[in-house]
Amino acid sequence: MRSDLTRFPFVKSLLKNRWPQFLVWFVMLAGFLFAILSGFFGTPVGNRNFGIVFVWIAWWAVLILVAVPFFGRGWCSVCPIPLPGEWLQRGAIMNPPGKKPRWFNLRWPNKLRNIWLQNLTFTLVALFSSVILTTPKVTSIVLAAMLFLAIGMSIVFERRTFCRYLCPVGGFIGLYAQAAPMELRVKNKQVCLACKDKPCYNGSEAGYGCPWDVFPGGLTKNTYCGLCMECLRTCPYDNISVNTRPFSADLSKPSGRMDEAFKAFIMLGAAMIYAGVLLGPWGKIKLAAYSVGSLSWFGYTAVFLAFIFGLLPALFLGAVGIGKVLTKSTLALKQSFTAFATAIVPLGLMFWVAFSLSFVLTNAAYIFSSLSDPFGWGWDLFGTAAISWQPYLTSLLLPLQTGVLVGGLLWTARTTQKVGSKVNISPIPVIIFSTVVTLTMLGLLL
Amino acid sequence: MSKKQWFFAIFVVLAGMVIVFAPLPVHATAPTQRTFRVEASQYTYSPAILKVNPGDIISIELISTDVVHGLYVDEYGISVTADPGQTARLTFTADKPGSFRFRCNVTCGALHPFMIGKLQVGPNTWLWRASGLTVLAALAILILRPSPPKAQVT
Repeated sequence: MRSDLTRFPFVKSLLKNRWPQFLVWFVMLAGFLFAILSGFFGTPVGNRNFGIVFVWIAWWAVLILVAVPFFGRGWCSVCPIPLPGEWLQRGAIMNPPGKKPRWFNLRWPNKLRNIWLQNLTFTLVALFSSVILTTPKVTSIVLAAMLFLAIGMSIVFERRTFCRYLCPVGGFIGLYAQAAPMELRVKNKQVCLACKDKPCYNGSEAGYGCPWDVFPGGLTKNTYCGLCMECLRTCPYDNISVNTRPFSADLSKPSGRMDEAFKAFIMLGAAMIYAGVLLGPWGKIKLAAYSVGSLSWFGYTAVFLAFIFGLLPALFLGAVGIGKVLTKSTLALKQSFTAFATAIVPLGLMFWVAFSLSFVLTNAAYIFSSLSDPFGWGWDLFGTAAISWQPYLTSLLLPLQTGVLVGGLLWTARTTQKVGSKVNISPIPVIIFSTVVTLTMLGLLL
Repeated sequence: MSKKQWFFAIFVVLAGMVIVFAPLPVHATAPTQRTFRVEASQYTYSPAILKVNPGDIISIELISTDVVHGLYVDEYGISVTADPGQTARLTFTADKPGSFRFRCNVTCGALHPFMIGKLQVGPNTWLWRASGLTVLAALAILILRPSPPKAQVT
């Protein structure tokens, strides 16, 4: 069922050679910096500003509709945010300089070696999203903050600590990368065990040690592999493969971690809240979400947090508990909870796809006008500045969203059954939970 | 899959097609002229949900209370723009049944892309069909489950 793409010499050289990746990085970094500049100096009208339109419509569409579902952490392999910090940390842009890393090179504290901080940063971005998504200057501040935070963390800590432990986007990409039909793995684990120097982790003249602090020989899921391809360059035994595989291959191995379980609930709940707040007809809720610091915003925040961290996990815990009772399982409730939380990963991903389809198709027309007039200064670089707004393919939207949500439910239900048979707990209550939240999402979107 | 399961899978697919495509009974009502006075302000319509019957002749009087706002009806592809304090009128026949978003089509501020209302022409049959499909999918996967959990070992 797996097919190693590196067996094709062209693909292998494309992935091993630093230049193709560098060229993509260069374009991404230029676009990223341009987006920051346009937010600071361009028009304050969000839908006419390159920063807002290209980050939250174009990039988001590519990320959530294509990159994450099909390539997992593929975006992380070309993301420009960690680059300046990494170049500074390494003292080199392309090939390893052959000397020890500069700066402090500290290890990230053991207690923080989890994704709780990423859960926190995503929740913060989500809480302020109505402002971030619509106000160019705020988008630029957030993007610049991420850039400088990544630089600062590269100076103080070793490897890509920002990406691994703090990036609000990287957290959910890692979660959903488990469902993607692509993976980087070793070909033969015995080769890794016998390998003395472990250049894939420690680095060598051929390349850097894993920037994601992962030993490829121990990889069992996609969550923390950033697909940077350094191990492909450093492995002296040609033991790294980049495989295509069936969807959701990693989800057959249930997670035992509470931070990862809560990431699944944060994402599932946030998609539902966004669908209601941003795409629903309730203007007062939109205003509450937008009026940061007001009493209504605190009310919105309380409901948001209670739903994501309280109601959804509590209902899910109840479903898992009933499943335990039905099968008289003696497995600890915490372990059962985290194991079954893995199963709702596909549902969360499909919720985001369904939400984004609506958001992207109705706003994609802004891409043309902002491409020609990125700052809103009256330019017409490509002759598309005057293209007026109109939503695209709205007649296909409902069937598409229905297909995506029902498909997501089937996918999650099947995964729930697999998890259930692994932990010997009835999956039926969790499948009922998934059905109820899917019906709720349908009600919000249709 | 066993023969029995194959038959069940085919039955589920056919049932799904019935849910999606089967014509529903129509409660025919005589078309009437209906007028809605819709106030638009940043970033909301009031009322935000308009319910009409198929065939009704709809007249929307759009009144903007702050800046210039528009009202574009998805799939009908028609729109109207209202200046502050002015009333603009949009008249059309609700000849497409279903639930449609209407949205502001004049940049009116930060949350402009999310200034959305809902026009419901007849019952929201697509939501009912989608809900039916969802329940069918859940039931199908429960009945088609691969094998029951084994006895607890630990």
